[in-house]
This record gives sequence, structure tokens and C-alpha cells, in this order.
Amino acid sequence: MTTNNTAIYAEALTKRFGDFTAVDAISFDVKKGEIFGFLGANGAGKTTAMRMLCGLSIPTSGKATVAGFDVFKQTEQIKRSIGYMSQKFSLYEDLTVRENIRFYAGIYGKSDAFIKEKTAFLLKELHLEAEANKLVRSLPLGWKQKLAFSVAIFHEPEIVFLDEPTGGVDPVTRREFWNMIYKAAESGITIFVTTHYMDEAEYCNRVSIMVDGRIDALDTPAQLKKTFDVKSMDEVFLKLARKAKRSGD
Amino acid sequence: MRTLRFLLQKEFRQIFRDPSIIRIIFMMPSIQLLILPWAADYEVKNIHLSVVDHDHSQYARQMVNKITSSGYFILQDYSGSYNNAMEQIEHDKADLVLEIPAGFEKKLIKENESTLFMAINAINGVKANLGGAYLRSIIQDYNREVRMKWIQLPRFSPELQIEVTASNWFNPLMNYKIFMVPGILVVLVTMVGAFLASLNIVREKEIGTIEQINVTPVKKYHFILGKLIPFWILGLLILSIGLTIARVAYGIIPAGSLLVIYTFAAVYLLAVLGLGLLLSTYTSNQQQAMLLSFFMMMVFILLSGLYTSIDSMPGWAQVVTKFNPVTYFIEVMRMVVLKGSGLKDISTHLFTVLGFAVALNTWAVINYKKRS
Repeated sequence: MTTNNTAIYAEALTKRFGDFTAVDAISFDVKKGEIFGFLGANGAGKTTAMRMLCGLSIPTSGKATVAGFDVFKQTEQIKRSIGYMSQKFSLYEDLTVRENIRFYAGIYGKSDAFIKEKTAFLLKELHLEAEANKLVRSLPLGWKQKLAFSVAIFHEPEIVFLDEPTGGVDPVTRREFWNMIYKAAESGITIFVTTHYMDEAEYCNRVSIMVDGRIDALDTPAQLKKTFDVKSMDEVFLKLARKAKRSGD
Repeated sequence: MRTLRFLLQKEFRQIFRDPSIIRIIFMMPSIQLLILPWAADYEVKNIHLSVVDHDHSQYARQMVNKITSSGYFILQDYSGSYNNAMEQIEHDKADLVLEIPAGFEKKLIKENESTLFMAINAINGVKANLGGAYLRSIIQDYNREVRMKWIQLPRFSPELQIEVTASNWFNPLMNYKIFMVPGILVVLVTMVGAFLASLNIVREKEIGTIEQINVTPVKKYHFILGKLIPFWILGLLILSIGLTIARVAYGIIPAGSLLVIYTFAAVYLLAVLGLGLLLSTYTSNQQQAMLLSFFMMMVFILLSGLYTSIDSMPGWAQVVTKFNPVTYFIEVMRMVVLKGSGLKDISTHLFTVLGFAVALNTWAVINYKKRS
């Protein structure tokens, strides 16, 4: 059911590539302002599911709405309402920090005044004032990821999709990154995040675990641990993921 | 419009920040236009000639003198044995063997005619063909001289002879540079239009930024225009640089109007940009795009009439050239630069290329998927 409080709603959402069912009739809903962890082993179908929700891929069957818009018919409205940070680093390395911010804000239709004011604020918050006019290429990976996240929510979307945002980042920066995620959630942005780090799963309000294209478990981290009678999310994940027949990306 | 402005601003920043693109834009036309026209010349010079003289007469020597003083031939060897001369050919030291039979002079004086034998090394077809033709015409010339000497009065030959005199219209000195430079310029513009653009788009695919753009509200046509416009401008810039080099270095000033060239180029670039866009939708990384571009460029150049005349190609190849946009631009360039053709004269070309532009771009846009 969709209510005013629902950010994402999916019912029997399916994606097939020929004979292969990448995403097999998944159903779930994400509340507004929630941090929703979307877990699963490599090849479980996380990225495909996320691409459908972002309007990048047409579902084969099922139903889904994102920010109240239908994923079949209203992809352009969905795109206006979401932010997206992909697995691959996706800022332009040959543009400066400031130019990247300006470009992405610009194509979301933000006004010059808005861009100018918010850029100054953001640079200060990220402590990137000195690097504002340096090429993004020259920044360390952790900074790049934080910048990419800030750019993904710069246009103040309702929902932000993060596809393994902390891959290859050191623990300190990861912690900082999650602080940024909390801050964004507090400001009302719904967070939909995939990760392979189980400590990060603990930070989420609710977590779903995908196995072979299906969602095998969906609950709060505490409840999941209780259900599976284990001490950590790590063990929950292992118990579920071991059943998987598919492997690899 | 605002979105497009941001896309264009970003594209130009990236282009002008990339040193390799700057090099391509300024160095490539300069180097290609300054070097290639000198080398890409149909005239055959330095033909190595091996003479086998069994006669050792005054006439034979005079004839050989005349041949070597023509400037086209280098006397490689002068011997009395045909086998020796053949050896020269086998070792690739000689391109032509001219055998003067024993009694050449005697026969010429007594019987009024004599035979010569020519053997041509046909490994290099162009050289062999032209070399043989040059040699024949020099010998004919010599033949005429000899006859003039003998038949003092009356001063014309009793035999009727048709002599052809030709004048070369539009390029009176048969200057190959005037012929080649516009053609090479077309190839340059094509490379920038089709291949730089496709590489650029594929690069965004490779680094993943295209995915990021795809989740934004940027419309398909915005993105495509954002890519096409910068390279359209770059193409015209290269054309301008090229025309300037042609003027300064070779003194080639188009006989026709520059406006005609630019009008055609503007439409032509739309067609090749469409091709570039199409290439980028079929390839997923820069390597693939490069290889495909390279292959297409080879076909484009060899079947464009740049180096070889289309009229001498077999029928099926002539059909292929009809589908090669490069063919049309090269023809137009030569028509306008050499002959001074106007818009009316090239209108068929213009509309054909416009057709290409519409077809290629439509195909590319349909094939460019924002969603899969």
C-alpha cells in the first residue's frame, strides 16, 4: 500500500533478461526519511533492482512507485525527485570541484543564486574551500566519494540511491560518510543504500537481504539478528547468502 | 535551453582542458596538410631504367640520352646482356628494361623501321603503367625527331598523323597539390566530426558518467545536442584552419565562394556527427570505437575518390561510393575550389548529404537508449 508516508513501494517487481530472472518478484516499501539497507551477495540482483527504481531499466512485470511516481510511466518525474550515486565514481575528473557541483545542479534546473549560495555552504562543510578550483582528479578517493554524495543530494531530492558508496574507502572516511548519510536522513531525505559492509548494515533503520533475485529477509537489524538467533549482521548475511546458487557479478 | 547551456559549458571546458584534443585540432591539420600533399602525388618520377644495348650505335645512344634527360628516369644500368638487366629487376633495382636489338640503327636507316623491346616490373602497378607510358611517349618523340631530320623537304610527313594537344582546364599546370589538399582537408573534417565525437561519448560510457546523466532529468535530445554542437563547431574550426593553411602554404584560393564550402560543410558535419553518434551507440569502450573508426576511415578514404578515380572502379564499388559521405564532400570541395561551382551546381550533393544526416541521426537517436 502506498500512503503519504511511503517513499518507495514495490510489489512483485521483476526483471528478466531472456531466460535469466535477475530480480524475481520483490515486494517491499520504504518510508520517508528512512535509511533502507539493500543487501545481497554479488549477482543477487541489487543493482538491477536499483536501476529499475531509478528509471534506468524497464521492469518486466510488477508494480513500483518512487516518490509517488510510477516506474513504468513517470520516469522523468522520478528522475527529478531522486539523487543517484553509482558504484562507479561518476563526477567528471577533468572538471574542478566547483564546476562539477555547478554542472549537476544546473542540469537539475537549479537557479544560479541557489547554486552559488549552496556551493559556498557545501564547500565549507566538506572543508573543500581550498580545493574548490582544483580538478576532481587530484582529490583522494575518500574526498571524492563524499563530494559525489554531496552532489547527489545537492538538488535536494526526496530519495537518494547509493550503490555501494563506500567501496574501497578507509574506515575513518566511511564513518564520516555515514555521518553525512545520517545528516541527510535527518533533513528528510530517504536513503536507499546497498553495501557489502555488515557494520554499515547495522546503521540502517531497516535492512533487506536479496538472495538469487528474491528478498529473503526484511526487518530492522535488531529483529533480524533475533530471528536468525545470531549476534551480528555478518552472521545473518552468511546464513542467508550461503543458500545462494548464483554467484559472481 | 538552460540545461543545454550547462551541457555545452561542461563539454567545452573538457575539450579545451584536454591537451590531446588541442593537439589534434591544431597539429593534425597542420601536419597532414603540410606533409601529405607533397607525398601524395600521382606523378611518377625516379623510375629506374636498365638499358640493354646490343647495337651500340649513335642513334641508340642519342635515344638513351633523350630518355635520361627527360627527368623521369634514372639510368640504373647500361649493359649488353638481357639476363643481367632482368637480374636488376629481380633485385628490385630496376623498374624498366629497354632492350635495343643489334642492328637497330641499320634497320632504321635501311628499312625505315625498327623494333625495341620493353620489360616492365609490374609489382608497383602505378609506377609500371606510367613508367611504360612515359617511355613510349619519349621514344615516339624521338622517332618524330629522326623523321624530321631525314625528310628535309617537304617538311611534312607523307603519312597522315593525328597529334593531340590538350589543355588542362581548372588546373592548367596539373598541380596535384591543388587537387589533393581539399581532399585531405575533407578527411580531416570527417575524422574530427565522426570519430572524436564517438570517442567522446563512448568515454562517458566507459567511466560511468553517462549513467549519472541518465538518472538526471536531462532529456535525450539535450544530451545529444550537447555532444553534437561542440564537435560541429570543432569541425568547422578545423576546416577554417585547413583552408588557411591551404592558402598560406600552397596559395590555394577557392575559385568559388567560401560560403558555398561552409554551407556544405555545415550539413556534411551533421551527417558525419550522426555517424559518430551511431558508432558510439554500438560500442561500449574506446578501444572498440577506435578500431571501428579506423576500419571505417580506411573504407571511406579508399572509396572516396581521394586517391583513385571513382570512374575507374568496378560497378559495385562505384555503388558503394554513393553511400560514402566523404565522396560527396571531396567532389564538392574540388568543384568549388578548382572550378568555382556555386550552390546550384552542388545542390544534388547537398541534398544527398542532408539525406544522410537525417537518416544517420534518426538511426542513432533511436538506438541511443536512455533506458534499457
